[in-house]
Amino acid sequence: MAQIQLRKLAHARSGDKGSHANIGLIAKQPAFYEILQREVTTERVATHFDEICDGEVSRYELPKLSAFNFFLRDALDGGGTVTLRIDAQGKTYSAALLRMMIEVSEQELKLVNG
Amino acid sequence: MKTIRIGNGQAFWGDSALAPLLQVRHGELDYLMLDYLAEVTMSIMQKMRARDPEQGYARDFVPLMENLLPEILDRGVKVVANAGGVNPLACARAVMEVAEKLGLADRVKVGVVSGDDIMGNVDHILEAGERLANMETNAPLTDVRDQLASANAYFGAFPIAEALAQGADIVITGRCTDASLAVGPLIHEFGWQPDDWDLLSAATIAGHVIECGAQTTGGNCMADWEQVEDMAHIGYPIAEFSEDGSFVVTKPEQMGGRVNVASVTEQLLYEIGDPNEYKTADVICDFTTIELEQIGPNRVRVSQIKGKPAPDYFKVSMSYAGGYKTTGTLVYGWPDAVKKAQAADRIVRKRLDDLNLNFDTIHTEILGANACHGSALSGPPDEDIAEVQLRIGVRGSDKKSIRRFTHEIAPLVCNGPPNVTGYFGGRSRVEEVIAYWPALMDKQYAEPLVTLFGE
Repeated sequence: MAQIQLRKLAHARSGDKGSHANIGLIAKQPAFYEILQREVTTERVATHFDEICDGEVSRYELPKLSAFNFFLRDALDGGGTVTLRIDAQGKTYSAALLRMMIEVSEQELKLVNG
Repeated sequence: MKTIRIGNGQAFWGDSALAPLLQVRHGELDYLMLDYLAEVTMSIMQKMRARDPEQGYARDFVPLMENLLPEILDRGVKVVANAGGVNPLACARAVMEVAEKLGLADRVKVGVVSGDDIMGNVDHILEAGERLANMETNAPLTDVRDQLASANAYFGAFPIAEALAQGADIVITGRCTDASLAVGPLIHEFGWQPDDWDLLSAATIAGHVIECGAQTTGGNCMADWEQVEDMAHIGYPIAEFSEDGSFVVTKPEQMGGRVNVASVTEQLLYEIGDPNEYKTADVICDFTTIELEQIGPNRVRVSQIKGKPAPDYFKVSMSYAGGYKTTGTLVYGWPDAVKKAQAADRIVRKRLDDLNLNFDTIHTEILGANACHGSALSGPPDEDIAEVQLRIGVRGSDKKSIRRFTHEIAPLVCNGPPNVTGYFGGRSRVEEVIAYWPALMDKQYAEPLVTLFGE
């Protein structure tokens, strides 16, 4: 087993929806989708964003796009115009998610390193 | 097979002023779509209209039309814009004045979609039994009724199609779903009915993919961003929609940027909730059946889109005055920049305590150490960092306390930790907080109205 950073397997985009934020997480190759499905769980994402997100996290699966949508409730200190945070609309949360360390098998590691 | 080309030239009020011109010149468009309205833009426009009854719309749209009018008429490009804000009729009058000035008034018809502004009708709607509860908190509107600053229903695309059917060259709307600026022209061109759910869903997703401008063509894209070509001249997106309900996302060939599966997927997922049920006034879209295919350089085909019957309510976008806020900043330089910023923060907080000021929230960030992702994710700050910016914000309903806070930043330059700069902007400005109140409302309480100018 090996620990690698999520950014090796995926890219992402994030934004706001009122006082909530969403992060679209996209596998760089369809073959990585199952790894993301196993490793980037709702619980792990909720723990990862503990300091930022006050509400629940939901995960939605989009296998045809090799992607997931994470919805982070109450993650913007009141929303774009209310918040005192510099990242008022959660634009950098995509990259914050990609900081996550995930566990892969030796075989998966070879696949990722191509 | 008939295809219609719709290009986006504006993602928000303040987006590139050149983009719409370049899109018309190089996009070979049938329609130009311009999106000016963010969630709380309407409250700013309400204030503008309160000061001057002929204001309250995206003012930039009028000089833009002055520049573009001859070219769109010559090329036969029609324009659909939500530039009308809370005063779409005044916006249309201003555009007609410009047309007259250019000697083109007899060649231009401007259609207006209004009726979305329910600000004057809110009490009646509440009395009739709607709660207009906040979709995020479920609190009833009565909690903030006295502070209400704007209230608009998100209309769908059929009124836009109606304006085009009446012969409009330019359609100006107030609040409508952003995507409907693209859906309206497609309903008009293909003659769709209100229950063509799959087609309406496909058109809505096409609108969603292009409504944020260059975010689809390589802008703000994390996938290989350094390889995006000629970002300085980035082309804005075009949806080439076919009557079978599929479409190709592309950009003007001679302009920069990149349209690929990665950039389109990032935008598909941008600012959405449940991808099985993306709701608009016209349809409920399903994102989970979508298939993407790179069919050529900078050409991505989007197909297999399904839709479900529309909800029987409008989403309503409201805003209300939610107190005051301000943020003070200072820059601390090497060595020990982070420690100095942290010490300054402790000192300010002690002084504020001594003054007995009244805030709901005080929030500190250190840019360069932990501001965007928080301390837990950013890890320990770089002890050798060249400089950091200290940023302290306060928010609350007591304006005097908020203003008093702004007096406590500059003194630190001489009476706090050393190597401090970046204070030349003076005291920070106290801003009124405009908070967002999304709600749902039965469709019977707002009726779209189509008006034609220039006949």
